[in-house]
Amino acid sequence: MELTTVWFLLIAVLWTGYFVLEGFDFGVGILLPLLGRDESDRRTLVRSIGPVWDGNEVWLIVAGGATFAAFPEWYATLFSGFYLPLFLILLALIVRGVALEYRGKSDSTRGWDRAFFWGSLGPAFLWGVAFANIVRGVPLDADHEYTGSLLTLLNPYALLGGLATLTLFTLHGAVFIRLKTDGELRERAGRLVRVIGLAALVIGGAFLVTTQLMVGKPATWGSVAVAAVAIAGALVATLRGRDGWSFAANTVAIVAVTVTLFASLWPNVMPALDPANSLTVDNASSTSYTLTVMTWVAVIFMPLVLAYQGWTYWVFRRRLTRVPGGS
Amino acid sequence: MDVLDLSRWQFGITTVYHFLFVPLTIGLSIIVAGFQTAWHRTGNPAYLRLTKFFGKLFLINFAMGVVTGIVQEFQFGMNWSDYSRFVGDVFGAPLAMEGLMAFFLESTFLGLWIFGWDKLSPRLHLATIWAAAIGTNLSAYFILAANSWMQHPVGYRLNPVTGRAELTDIWAVLTNSTTLVTFPHVIFGAFVTAGAFVAGVSAWHLLRKKDVELFRVSARTAMTVTLVASIGVALSGHWQAQIMTEQQPMKMAAAEALWEDENSAGFSLFAVGDVENGRNHINLQIPYGLSLLSTNTLDGHVEGVNDIQTRYEAAYGPGDYKPVVGIAYWSFRLMIGFGMLAALLALAGLWATRRGRLPDNPWFHRLAILGIGLPFLANSMGWIFTEMGRQPWTVFGIMRTAAAVSPGVDVTEVAITLVGFTLVYAVLAVVEIRLLLKFIRIGPDAEGEPDQPTDTVPALSY
Repeated sequence: MELTTVWFLLIAVLWTGYFVLEGFDFGVGILLPLLGRDESDRRTLVRSIGPVWDGNEVWLIVAGGATFAAFPEWYATLFSGFYLPLFLILLALIVRGVALEYRGKSDSTRGWDRAFFWGSLGPAFLWGVAFANIVRGVPLDADHEYTGSLLTLLNPYALLGGLATLTLFTLHGAVFIRLKTDGELRERAGRLVRVIGLAALVIGGAFLVTTQLMVGKPATWGSVAVAAVAIAGALVATLRGRDGWSFAANTVAIVAVTVTLFASLWPNVMPALDPANSLTVDNASSTSYTLTVMTWVAVIFMPLVLAYQGWTYWVFRRRLTRVPGGS
Repeated sequence: MDVLDLSRWQFGITTVYHFLFVPLTIGLSIIVAGFQTAWHRTGNPAYLRLTKFFGKLFLINFAMGVVTGIVQEFQFGMNWSDYSRFVGDVFGAPLAMEGLMAFFLESTFLGLWIFGWDKLSPRLHLATIWAAAIGTNLSAYFILAANSWMQHPVGYRLNPVTGRAELTDIWAVLTNSTTLVTFPHVIFGAFVTAGAFVAGVSAWHLLRKKDVELFRVSARTAMTVTLVASIGVALSGHWQAQIMTEQQPMKMAAAEALWEDENSAGFSLFAVGDVENGRNHINLQIPYGLSLLSTNTLDGHVEGVNDIQTRYEAAYGPGDYKPVVGIAYWSFRLMIGFGMLAALLALAGLWATRRGRLPDNPWFHRLAILGIGLPFLANSMGWIFTEMGRQPWTVFGIMRTAAAVSPGVDVTEVAITLVGFTLVYAVLAVVEIRLLLKFIRIGPDAEGEPDQPTDTVPALSY
């Protein structure tokens, strides 16, 4: 396999990891006002992602860094072209991160909860908008510079993409809360899963089918089908009280959606409206020397990272329970 | 102001701001790990209290470092897309390595440390804070390797077809002589910072005669750290300056307001210059000082701004190759001055607290509290010096800052983000400082007290 292919796959893997992991972090934040009826609920919700959210967010930083290293042209065009949406995502991640860390240390939590909510909702929506635009293609000139405006990015298809990731991540958060809590909180999350699950099926389905009709390949019908079955599976598993299976199924759904997007993209990394100006894995990539070096680094360190992050989830695998008679 | 100016302001503001938190994170992670190790070894509960108390302050600071760090990675692409295209092949590699090797390590293990007190064996739990601390320090290495490449590009070639820099030797980039002297300088600086912070916070409690025995230990430990690290900063800074004289003579000449090439050049202490005409009105010097520092000989040849300008015009074509001399000159001096004051304060503090003593004069403690700010000022001055001193280059000798900016981003967009980041950062600074003060005031938990805050909400357990 060519190294450019390897790195296209690796970057797809990094984004998949990011969406799967921070997806439920976002979902928890989005559901906080709905599910957190009292301070005890809200503390439980925040605590459910407490040990892992920061490690999850590093997937984004590494995805960004890997894109910079492996496909500098892609990184440069994407980040400068999507300037204002990325600015909003950054602001959201800043206030959200600070809220998660400072909430438990502050006297008043209301402001932080609001920051956590909006800081989760914003990126959950905007990442969908961004990826829909990447897949759809944007106006690029011969130097691969983005020539559109902010409004170019706010087209109906992209907004549908935003809604799709928003509902999908919210569902992910709901099934995660099912998995990590007990009692009434778990019950309430279960009731929400039914509603959000149906919404995700409809909106996500509409987005994926549109994507498929617009830019899809025959093979991606497969991943679209997997995504739909997996969301339905998550719903059914929740109805049957199988929280682990439900979370696993929704994880598969997010993987399938990300696979659909990246497979539709290939071999482009950033298609232009004028195909002559498109960025592809070949014209956007670093030299084979750099890719070789980075491949070694990834081969050695990715398994290590997966091992210790996996171990973290193992350490905190249990449901959060209220300690009886706790102070 | 155009896109270039605004982008530079934004990069300057966000970077200096980010680097307020980074050195404290780097130094404090090791100090907290040290306290926990001392507790693990001796079983003395005092060390556990110090671990938890300073650990909490560490986490408040760490959060700010993390969230402001994401901006750093993104804005290379957002505001400096032509830079990113030009250097991505070389510069992206250490950045990706930083994420993969260092950021995952620190964030994952810090999560385990915060929430793992009752989930992990004491030894394993101790290992998690060390893993996080190692990750933090490792991240400094990679990002400094990336920055050093901008100061002194090595291990690359310029592709004549694409006009881009291409990596030819990763090992050369990672062992760049500039990196090898910059890394210890920054790390020692981080320890000066964390030492001054711990000493100042301890002094706050000593001033109020609270937990005197406990904070005497932390104050003396911290001042020792600051003093030893200051020696490290000075030595590594000296090597750095020698390498800079060789690699970026213009920056050094500007730092010294040395206008003409000189043998036996003096070290300037105070100068008032005429930048327009390239000369000084007043220049108070230590004779032979600069030659000695730069070349290890009294009559060493040191290059001056005007002569370097002439040589650069011959080498790189017409243009102005002078950084803002006044800023280079004063930021360099202020960096050294603030750093030396921090060291002197630590020395005086160690002397005053020797053999069980504790000074009665409240001003002594107040000075230590105020002294927290000194290393932060020194760190900021150091970065302002080295980055502005490199101008007009963004990558020394091969890419100018004016050519690095994103061509597709307009003034309005940069103005929005510049104002946005600045406002949010300002609000967060207030929030962070208030939170730090709150927890400094609360002080360490009494011995044997449970971790969970005592209120009506039930405790949680996994």
